[in-house]
Amino acid sequence: MTEIRTVGVCGAGTMGSGIAIVAARAGCRVVLFDTSDASLERARRQTEGFFGKSVERGKMTREQADTALAACATTTALADLAGCDAVIEAVFENLEVKRGLFRQLNGICPEHTLFASNTSTLSITEIASGCGREDRVVGMHFCLPAQLMKLVEMSPGLNTSDESFAAAWAFCEALGQRPVKTQDTPGFVLNYFLVPFNNDVIRLIEAGVAEPADVDRAVKAGLGYKMGPCELLDLIGLDTQVLLCEAFYGVTHDPRCATPPLLKRMVAAGHLGRKSGRGFFTYDRDAMYGG
Amino acid sequence: MTSHAIVDTGGSRSFPGPHPFLDNAAATGTVTVYLGAGAVAAYRADPSKAAVLVELGTQSLGEATGEDAGREGSNAVGFARFRLGDGEPSDLVELVRQPATDPAALEAARSILEAAGLQVSVCADFAGRILDRLIRPFYNEALTRLDEGLATAADMDLTVKLGLGYPEGPIELLERTGLQHHHDVTKALFEVYGTRHYAPARRAVVAKRRAEREKGS
Repeated sequence: MTEIRTVGVCGAGTMGSGIAIVAARAGCRVVLFDTSDASLERARRQTEGFFGKSVERGKMTREQADTALAACATTTALADLAGCDAVIEAVFENLEVKRGLFRQLNGICPEHTLFASNTSTLSITEIASGCGREDRVVGMHFCLPAQLMKLVEMSPGLNTSDESFAAAWAFCEALGQRPVKTQDTPGFVLNYFLVPFNNDVIRLIEAGVAEPADVDRAVKAGLGYKMGPCELLDLIGLDTQVLLCEAFYGVTHDPRCATPPLLKRMVAAGHLGRKSGRGFFTYDRDAMYGG
Repeated sequence: MTSHAIVDTGGSRSFPGPHPFLDNAAATGTVTVYLGAGAVAAYRADPSKAAVLVELGTQSLGEATGEDAGREGSNAVGFARFRLGDGEPSDLVELVRQPATDPAALEAARSILEAAGLQVSVCADFAGRILDRLIRPFYNEALTRLDEGLATAADMDLTVKLGLGYPEGPIELLERTGLQHHHDVTKALFEVYGTRHYAPARRAVVAKRRAEREKGS
């Protein structure tokens, strides 16, 4: 397996931009692809801002930051990923979109290029299916925000070769991340536990067991979690939690994953969490998280 | 001024050792606290008090006070300091109210607990209160998925620590505090709720059976 020097990242959203930062910081050349010029422009601005802050905080020298920035290219042409040794996709969480992307990339990238998916809910095996290099596709689920969180959940699909998985694992470590191996099952480890747990919290509140503030205090003081579940749900966005429920329940049919009625009502009422100023708690619209 | 007197029935899980809450107690007080494993059985109604606290394990407060078709409630307040198995008790006290509990009794209970440096969350009289109700399904799932090979125990623990900021992973936490105790709590919840997520996971059943055999021999 050749060393991974050039990394393609598909999708310049929050996740994709974060992954691009991780790769550039680790010394890779990065080509960030998105269909939207505006998204790429925002990503460029955020990347500059992030590296600037890293220099201020003494985490990088100005030179290192400049080198990393110079190593980042952006493009709206998928063909520009032809020189990549690995491509990580972080596009819209939709099976057909991801499948179509890998099929196209298969015709563009050289034989040795590894394909990695940052999916949090879909099956790696299904995403790889029909792309033409099923043996070289792996799951690499970064945590949000990727540029700050070390954890990466790595999953082989049914057709992933041991050699490709080992190469992807080494690549992940070379990025300065901490990989953990999980099966290719819905939600891997993190979301598999978190989505139904958060639903249980919503059902507990709906049942009148306790108020959101009492639940959060109990979880923080009793279990030592840094953030209460209601606070976390408001941050994730209650509409996003509905999407997670639908994705999980559709695959697992686990009643804990079914969308709680209260969650549906809150979304219908426009109580989406921080982004709408009101969820389980109310927020000053302009306040930054932690501010 | 709120003061409390303790009726100790022995074997308190909330206060197994020295604590300001015990030090602050007097011979007589405006609040009576039934402490220990026998608190529910020892409870006697006393309307002359500002509040009567009853330590709960896996029981409901209604088992001490009786229930009345959703109209129950008095100056009796249930409580439990959250604690996992053999682990140290946390600083969190779950305070249990009934539909018609006197708000002044709740406030009296809150004030003596907070004066002892504890944090208080109020909840209704449901099995498992807030925390056991929430975390037992998570622990059962973690144990089950460990059996099914989702990830190694170390990777599962590391994932929730790095990814969610939990101070300890579920497997190491249960190993440290005693899997057999998890069995007992989740079994009590399973009896009440009847949903499979409260059914003790295989590893908890094994630990419980081994603990019983050791006790028997």
